[in-house]
Amino acid sequence: MTDHHSDIDSVSGKSTTGHEWDGIKELNTPLPRWWVISFYITIVWAVAYWIVYPAWPLISSNTTGMFGYSSRADVAVELANLEKIRGDKMVALGAASLADIEKDPALLALARAKGKTVFGDNCAPCHGSGAAGAKGYPNLNDDDWLWGGTLDQIMQTIQFGARSGHAKTHEGQMLAFGKDGVLKGDEIVTVANYVRSLAGLPIRNGFDAAKGEKIFAENCVACHGDGGKGNPEMGAPNLTDKIWLYGSDEASLIETISQGRAGVMPAWEGRLDPATIKAMAVYVHSLGGGK
Amino acid sequence: MNKTVNPKDLTSDDHNGPLYAAQKKVYPQSVSGTFRRIKWSLMAVCLGVYYFLPFVRWNRGISAPSQAVLIDLPNSRFYFFFIELWPQEVYYFTGLLIVAAVVLFLMNSVGGRIWCGYLCPQTVWTDLFYAVERLVEGDRRERMKKDKSSDPLKLERISEIVLKHSIWLMIAWWTGGAWVLYFNDAPTLVKELVTFQGPMIAYVWIGILTATTYLLAGYMREQVCTYMCPWPRIQAALTDEWALNVTYRYDRGEKRTSVKKAAELRALGEQVGDCVDCYQCVAVCPTGIDIRNGPQMECIQCGLCIDACDNVMTKIGRPKRLIGYDNDINIQRRQEGKAPIYRIVRPRTIGYSAIIAAIGGFMIYTLATRSLLDVNVLHDRNPVAVKLSDGSIRNAYTVRLLNKSGYDRIIAIDANGPANATIHVIGVDSVTPDRPMIVIPRDSTSELRLLVTAPAENNPEKSVPVRFHVTDIGLGEVASATDNFVSP
Repeated sequence: MTDHHSDIDSVSGKSTTGHEWDGIKELNTPLPRWWVISFYITIVWAVAYWIVYPAWPLISSNTTGMFGYSSRADVAVELANLEKIRGDKMVALGAASLADIEKDPALLALARAKGKTVFGDNCAPCHGSGAAGAKGYPNLNDDDWLWGGTLDQIMQTIQFGARSGHAKTHEGQMLAFGKDGVLKGDEIVTVANYVRSLAGLPIRNGFDAAKGEKIFAENCVACHGDGGKGNPEMGAPNLTDKIWLYGSDEASLIETISQGRAGVMPAWEGRLDPATIKAMAVYVHSLGGGK
Repeated sequence: MNKTVNPKDLTSDDHNGPLYAAQKKVYPQSVSGTFRRIKWSLMAVCLGVYYFLPFVRWNRGISAPSQAVLIDLPNSRFYFFFIELWPQEVYYFTGLLIVAAVVLFLMNSVGGRIWCGYLCPQTVWTDLFYAVERLVEGDRRERMKKDKSSDPLKLERISEIVLKHSIWLMIAWWTGGAWVLYFNDAPTLVKELVTFQGPMIAYVWIGILTATTYLLAGYMREQVCTYMCPWPRIQAALTDEWALNVTYRYDRGEKRTSVKKAAELRALGEQVGDCVDCYQCVAVCPTGIDIRNGPQMECIQCGLCIDACDNVMTKIGRPKRLIGYDNDINIQRRQEGKAPIYRIVRPRTIGYSAIIAAIGGFMIYTLATRSLLDVNVLHDRNPVAVKLSDGSIRNAYTVRLLNKSGYDRIIAIDANGPANATIHVIGVDSVTPDRPMIVIPRDSTSELRLLVTAPAENNPEKSVPVRFHVTDIGLGEVASATDNFVSP
C-alpha cells in the first residue's frame, strides 16, 4: 500500500482512504470508538457463549457448556408443569359422569380437546384423523353403531374393544357361511340379494324372494334379527339402513357372506388411563353421531 | 465532520489513517428564546403524558380494569379509554403505525426534522439530562473548565459529580418505572414495587430501562442521532427543496466581520455581513456543529442556534433571524437578490395529508362501527360430509362466538342453507327447535361444534352455501358468517 496519510481532500479537508475510482476518492470517515468497542464486546460475548452454553457439534454428541444447560430439559420441566395443571382438570373429568361432562361447557371443551389429541395418537391409523373411517373401519361421525352409540356403549367399546381378547370384550362375528360349507354358492347369491332388498337396493332379475327370506330366517335372524334390523349386543349391523361397513354391492355382500367378517377393535383399558378413555368417549360421541 | 480534521489529531498510530474516531464531548450552552420555550413546553407535555398517564382512571364497570391506558398481556387485551382491543384486532395498531409514519413524512416535508428537534424521546431526555448537568455543574464554560482541569478532585467537585449522576439515575429509574405501569394496574403495582412484592419481571424491565435511559441520555446523546438512528437517513431521502430547515442566511451573514469593524465599514458605506463570528450558534448546539457550514447530517433542527443568534442580533441592533427556518429554494433566491417564497401547501403535503385522512378516517369508521358480537365458522375437513343411516347428509362446523362486550349474552343460532335442514349444537338441548341458544360470558369466546343435517328426500347439490346468523336475543344484535354445505 502506498502511504496516503497526507492525502487530504481539498473540498472537505478530510483525509482520504487513498482508494480512487474514476478520479473520485473515498473520504476516510472512521467509525466512532464506542461503536468499535461494542463490536469487540459482541465478539467476546460470542466466544463466552460458546463456552457457557452448549454450542459445538461433536461426532456423536455436542459440547455441553459450563452449567450443563439443555433446552430439552427446559421443555421437560415445562411439560411437567403443564401436566400438573392439567392433572387437576383431568381428575375433575375422571370424577364426573359421562352425561354431566357433555352438559358442562368447560368439561366438554376439555374432553373434546383431550379426546381429539388422544384420538389422533391412537385411533386415527384405523378410523382416520377425522374419524371418517374406511372400508372395514367404521365412520364414527354417523349415527350407525355396531355396538351401540350411547355414551356408555361407546366408552365400553373403547375400554374393552371388539374381539380384542380382553376378558370383557365384545364378542360375536359374521360367520363364513360359504367357506365353512353352511351355504352353497347359489344360496349365497340369493340371500345376498335378499339382504339388498331389505335395504331397498336394486336386486338381480329372477331373484327368488321367498327362498331368500327362508335362508335369511334360518341363518341370519339369530344375530341380525327379524327384518335385519341388527343387534348391538352381538355387533350385528342393521342391514336395512344406508350405511355399509364392507360395501353394499352384490359382490361385496357375497364376499362377506362367504368369507365372514370379524374386524378387531383393540381394548384400550390399561393402555390409556380411565379419565382419558372418558374424554375419548365424549369426543367420539360429540362428533355428531352419538345417541 | 464539519471541521477541518487533521489526521494527526485522530486517535491512531496507523499511518494509513485512523480506525476509529473518539466521541467529541459537546457542552451546549444555555440559551433562552422562542424555540427554547417551545422545547421546554413540549418536553413538559411529553414527559407529563408519559409519567402520569398510567394513573388516569377510566370506569369500565366491575368486570374490566379501571386504568385508562393498559396493555393487559395475561388477558390479551388493550385498553385505551373507551376502546378495548382484542389480539385479532391488531390491525388497528398496524393502521396507527402507518398513520404515524405518514405524519412523520408530513412533518418532514413541512418543517424538516421537527420530530428530531422537539419530540423524539432521545431529544427530550437528552435535553432534560443536559438541564440537570447545567444546574449542578454550571454552564458550558464552567463544565469545560472542570472537565479539563487536572487538579486533584476536591470534595465539592466529587459531590457535584455524585449529585449529577444521582439525579440522572433517578430520572432514568422513574422512566423505567413508568413504563411497567402501562402493563399493570398502576396504583397496585406502585404499592407492590415499593414494598418489594412486585413481580420479578417488573423489576427487570425497570432495570433495563433505567440503564438504557441513563446510557442514551447521559452518555450516547448526539451519537444516537448521528450513528444509530435510521430516521435522519430516511428523512434525507424524503425531503425536498420546499421543506423548512434551520438555515444560516449566507446573503446576510457574509462576510463575517467583528462588531467594531462592521460599524466602521458600514460608516464608509461598504457592504458587510451581519454575522459577527461570535460562535454562539455553535456554543448552544446540542450536536456540536456549526450551522453556518450548511445543512448537515448531524443537525437535529432544534432551533436553539436561532435563539442564540437572535439574542446576539438584538444586542448589536441588527435584524433577527440571521439563522432561521428557511427552504433550499430561498437560499438560492436570496443570493440572487429575489424575495423568499414559501409553499406549505403543495402536492407532496396534500398527498400526505390525504393519506393520513384516508387511513385515519377508515380506522375511525371501522372502530366506530365494529361489532361487539362476532362469529367465525370453520367447516370440518375430514370428513367433509357424513351420510347417516337414513340417508340424510350431515356437515359439521366449528363455530367460534366472540362476545367483546362487558355483559353476558344469550345467543340464538340460525342456519340458512339446504332446504329443511336441522341444526344442532353438541351439548346444547334446543328449547326452540332448530334454534340452539347459548350463553357467552362477557369479554370471552365460546367454541361450539355445530351440526347441520339435510334430510334424505332433499339432499342438496354437491355444495350449497349456508349462512349462519347469531342473534343476541336480548339486544337483537346480529353477526353472521357464511360457509358451504357439502354432499359426499
